[in-house]
Parts: sequence; structure tokens; C-alpha cells
Amino acid sequence: MSLLTLNAMQTRIGQYAVLHDVTLEVPEGGVFVLLGRNGAGKTTTLRSVMGLWKPSPGSVSFRGTDLTGMHTADIARLGIAFVPEDMGIFGGLTVEENLVLATANGSFDTDSLARIWRLFPALEQFWTKAAWSLSGGQKQMLSVARAIIEPRELILIDEPTKGLAPSIIDAMAEAFREISVHTTLLLVEQNFEFARALGHQMAVIEDGRIAHTGSMADFAANKDLQASLLSLSA
Amino acid sequence: MDRFLTTIDRIGGVNLLPLAVALVAFFLIGVPSSWVTLTVAGLAMGMMIFLMASGLSLVFGLMDVLNFGHSAFVSFGAFVAASVLGWLAGWLGAESVVLNIAAIFLAFLAAIVFGLAAGWFFEAVIIKPVYHDHLRQILITVGALIVAEQMILAVWGGTPINVPRPNFLTGAVLLGDVAIEKYRVFAFLLGLVVYLALKFTLSRTRIGLLIRAGVENREMVEALGFRIDRLFVAVFMLGSALAALGGAMWAGYETLITPALGAEMMIVVFIVVIIGGLGSIEGTLLGAIMVGLVANYVGFLAPKLALASNMILMMAILLWRPNGLRPAVK
Repeated sequence: MSLLTLNAMQTRIGQYAVLHDVTLEVPEGGVFVLLGRNGAGKTTTLRSVMGLWKPSPGSVSFRGTDLTGMHTADIARLGIAFVPEDMGIFGGLTVEENLVLATANGSFDTDSLARIWRLFPALEQFWTKAAWSLSGGQKQMLSVARAIIEPRELILIDEPTKGLAPSIIDAMAEAFREISVHTTLLLVEQNFEFARALGHQMAVIEDGRIAHTGSMADFAANKDLQASLLSLSA
Repeated sequence: MDRFLTTIDRIGGVNLLPLAVALVAFFLIGVPSSWVTLTVAGLAMGMMIFLMASGLSLVFGLMDVLNFGHSAFVSFGAFVAASVLGWLAGWLGAESVVLNIAAIFLAFLAAIVFGLAAGWFFEAVIIKPVYHDHLRQILITVGALIVAEQMILAVWGGTPINVPRPNFLTGAVLLGDVAIEKYRVFAFLLGLVVYLALKFTLSRTRIGLLIRAGVENREMVEALGFRIDRLFVAVFMLGSALAALGGAMWAGYETLITPALGAEMMIVVFIVVIIGGLGSIEGTLLGAIMVGLVANYVGFLAPKLALASNMILMMAILLWRPNGLRPAVK
């Protein structure tokens, strides 16, 4: 059984239909990458899964539980974390407070904290600093750290490399590789090299519909498909 | 210039503004005893306005709700407390400080309980249907303020009501040739206690953390697994209770209240929230203290300018800092 199933999902934002018919099965384990051009509906897909925009008609289910119509907070409590495109950092809170909020009972598990500090050493260095004072890369680290401070089954990550320096992107890739050993990642990404290096399974969304789905290895080998779906040079 | 500004920021930044205003006023007034009296009056007034405004600031910051009916809670708080104090007039006039304190405690408690209940009702019936629609929020909350004023007229009548003060808070303390009214010291201290309690709650507790995070990014708080709609109700009730407490203290300060109290205070409360920066308790305190001090100093130095002083202060601050003195980080 798939971990996450989107079935004929349609989402409207105001009077505009953004997702027309998104049907997708995300298997458990590894990194599933959702690719697509700007405005294709990648972010809307993640936000619809999270309940931030309500899909109708169509359905979303997670381990067989229907998420359609559920409150975002209840969806999160099922073990789904969200790393939004704008990182969603609380700038007025310290790094520590940002992480405390993401814990279930307000206290840290020592092993989880040690793991986060190992993956993202900058967070330990700026532990008591206000999050607004962090660099873009450090904010992204904090956003990801918040998603993994508690055990999750699925993490939705929206364009994590956007605007980051190459060295930070490499560190992020390393972190995602380690996180994906125990947690399924559904990653929306425009940086194809980054996506190819991490992804196991993939799908391409085009004009609010899934245009292709398959293994990342096959897609990476098919230059013509990349050119037609993503306008990447063959 | 840059070094000067950096130094100012390091030693307190905008928090030093009330001190700067007080210093300028000291030289303009020239009589130390008058300056002390006016400063204490300004601080007391500021603290009471802070109580009235802090809830509005949080409600706007967290819920993005423009509640022009907020000052209805101030009015109701004042009238409920006045009624309780009227019923307990015997206790207020007694020589026993314990009975005095019990009377004022019960009056304030009644105002707070009323504020909590009215806040819950107001959020459920009036605010909830107009979330995310500022225009309708303004229309319906201004309407609610008018209805509240009429309800006060119906219950308490249109005649100004005398509010008795407890024995132990009447009169003044003489320090040399400076007379300091006891009620003003009491109002300042009570306001300070409430501010410290709010500050502790917001900075040291999980619920406070959630409120601060919610002011910045409601959606992300929900994505972390928290039902922020429930937090909205709690914050709205808290804000209403604080406004009612501020109204109750204001009633004791003015000793004569009319049903127009809410409408009169609405402008001051909004000015304080705008000056301080939306969603910030520290900003609201700073704005309220500034308004209190400036109103008292200007009232003494240039009485004809007193009515306009708040507006002038707001314009000056907004020209300097368009988001207010200490806005919550967004």
C-alpha cells in the first residue's frame, strides 16, 4: 500500500482552478520528487495534502486515512511535516523556541537534538539567537530541523534549494539522504541536478495534471522526456 | 551619526523614548514638583491605557481582526466595576484596609469575569463570521460598539455615574512639596504587575510561544499541529478581560463615568496600538506610556494642544517608523 495517495485531486484558489486532476501514489521510504515548470501546481499539491488549501473534488489519503477535509493541525499530528517554500520560520523566536514549538510536549529528545546539531552545526551555534538574524541557508536548516525534531512518517519539502549557496545545497542534500533512511520525503524541486541526486521515484506535473511518473533513474536517462516535460536541453 | 545611533540602540533604543520625553519636559516645565506630579500621572494613565490596548494589539496581531468594538469591553468593565463598588460602598468607606482591598478586588474580578464572558460571546457571534474580511469587520464591530453603548444606556441610564474610591486609595502622599495621588501609584503598580505577568506568559510558557508564533505565521503554527482557532478564542477572551480591567481601573481614576467612555477611549487605544506596533506587548506598553506622558506634559505646557497631542505623536512616530516603535516580527 502507498504511504500517500492523491486521487483525482482538484484544487481551486479563489476562482482559478490550479490542480485539475492530480492522481499520484507516493510509496513508503526514500525520496519522491515532484518536478514541473513554474506555475505547474507543485506547491499547490503540497499545500493541498497539508490541508492548507482544500481539494474538491478528489481525495487525499495517508496510510489509508482520508485527509480530505481534515484540519491542517490534525493532518500534522498524523506524522506529516511541512517545510514551505518561504521556510515558515518564526523570526521573532529564537532557534531554540522554533524547535521547541515543533516538539510534541515542549521538551527535546536528547538523541534527536544531537542528530540535528550534527546535521546542521550552525543551529547549535545560533541556538539562542532570534531566527530573523540567521542567513537564508541557516533558516532553511532550521525549517528542516523543525520537521525532523520529532519522528515523522512523511515530510513535504517545497523547493529547499531556492536561493541557497552551492555549499549549503550540498549540506542539505547530505541531510536529506540521511533523513530519508527512516522518513519518506516528498520533495518539490526546480533544481534538476539536486532532484536527480536524491530522488528514487518521481513525477512531473504540468498544468495541474500529472504528466509523467516513474523512477528517477529512468527519467534521468531519458533526455527527450526531460526536454519535453521540463524544457531541459537534451 | 551611525556610531551614535548604534550606541543608542545598544543602551535601549526606542525604549529610551519615554525617558527622553520626560527629560525634555523637565526642562520645559522648570518646576520639579509639577514635573514629578505630571510624570506619575502620565505613567499611571499609560499603564491603564496599556491594559485597554494590549488585548487589541494581540487580537489584531494574531487574528488579523480589526475590532472597533474593543472599547465596548472598556465601558462594560468600568460600569460593572462601578456597580460592584456602589454595592460595596460600606466596605470602601470602612477603616479596614482588608475590606477596602476586598471591595476593589471583587469589583475588578467582576469586570474581568464579565470581560471573559463577553469576549467569548463577541468572538463567537460577531467576529467568527467575518474572519478574513476587514471591511465587514469594521462595519460590524463599529455597529457592536454602538449597540453596547445603547445597552449601557438602557441598564445604567444616561446620567454620569460616580465611582467611589476605597479609603486607602483616596488622597495623596506628600514627598517634600510633591503631592502624589495614591490611586495613580496603585494604577501604575497594578498595570506593571499585569504587564510582567503577560510578559512572563508570552516569553516563558508554551501557550505564550504559540501566541507569538501565531502573530507571525498562523499557517505554520497549524502545520506544526496546533489548532490556532482555539487559541484565537482564548486570546480574544483574554484581550477582552484586560480591556474590562483597564476600564474598571479607569473608572476609579476618573471617578465619574458616562456611557460614551468606550467611544472616547477607542481612539486613544487605537493610537497606542498603532504607535507601539501591531501584535507586540512591549510596543503597546511603550506606546501607552508615551501617550500618557505626552498627554499630561502637553496638557500642562500648552493646554490648547492637549486634545491634538496624541494625533501629533502618532504622526511623528509613523513618519519615523511606519510599522510602529516595536512591531512583532512578521
